[in-house]
Amino acid sequence: MYKFKVEERILSTNEEYAASNRELLAGKNKLCLNVISSPGSGKTTILARTIADLKGRMKVGVIEGDIQTDIDAQRIKAAGAKAIQINTDGACHLSAAQISKALKKLPIDKLDLLVIENVGNLICPSVFELGENCKIVVLSVAEGDDKCAKYPSTFARAAAILINKIDLLGTKHIDFNIKRVRKDIRKVNEDAQIFEVSAKTGQGMAEWYDWLAKSVGDPTSV
Amino acid sequence: MHETMVAQSLIEKIEAEAAKQKAKPVSAKMSCGVFDALNDEAMQLAMEAIGKGTVCEGMKLEIEHKPIKAECKKCQNIFDYDLVKASCPACGGDRLTLQPDVGLILEEIEFEKE
Repeated sequence: MYKFKVEERILSTNEEYAASNRELLAGKNKLCLNVISSPGSGKTTILARTIADLKGRMKVGVIEGDIQTDIDAQRIKAAGAKAIQINTDGACHLSAAQISKALKKLPIDKLDLLVIENVGNLICPSVFELGENCKIVVLSVAEGDDKCAKYPSTFARAAAILINKIDLLGTKHIDFNIKRVRKDIRKVNEDAQIFEVSAKTGQGMAEWYDWLAKSVGDPTSV
Repeated sequence: MHETMVAQSLIEKIEAEAAKQKAKPVSAKMSCGVFDALNDEAMQLAMEAIGKGTVCEGMKLEIEHKPIKAECKKCQNIFDYDLVKASCPACGGDRLTLQPDVGLILEEIEFEKE
């Protein structure tokens, strides 16, 4: 018997696809975001609102990931953006190989911003690089204020965190301590931008749009 | 949940090396970081299920969890970050800089010549 040293990254195949996606997008100077959250936090609503509000100012292309259906791609198209739907048929996160295929179907040269809306899942997506510039995490106030404490790996890796559905704060239906969430975020992530928004009412979205515009202008800044 | 895909990728790598070495893998050692959120039991189950019928069937897997290093902004102490305590063991400060997580690494394989 003998020991053979390997010292190789286990997910290297995925990481090679991710690197090639990254190189393709960097070559065209296009910003690519990987949006991660649990199901129902409002990712698609935020994206649809962003696309509609920035119509004429920013051309957005979206790669949608879901286990089943093209419900989200249809919503994005209705908002006015190009969308490609990937159905993972059971896989709980998107892979870089899937993104590589999807990128071939999008008119990247004509877009200002590429968004990947990952499968609703607060754990696995943060482990699988897709070739994005950065990860965006969405957390809604309806999910409870302990999510960052419970799922630190995802929040640790985010460049920006959108706390959504703030229109529900202060009602008798929601107990949510925003200060606690901000504190938990800073424990694992000192740099992330934190936006408090309501995709429904539009509250707080202007600051998110400003950050987007700045980042689209300089994708290497995120 | 993602242990299945990690196990799949790991077995593919070990199979490829076993073919090169013309030897049977008896055991393998991997390491992972805190933020890889890897569950040992789920990983072992996935290896067992996916390894059936491959050269990795019956192979032992050792998983080393490597801590993240944190630096205290108050007293510059560098220590292993504890997710629960989330504070400096020297001064109790909670403003910390976390160093990059190590990721999932196949460290070594133990082979038996066929």
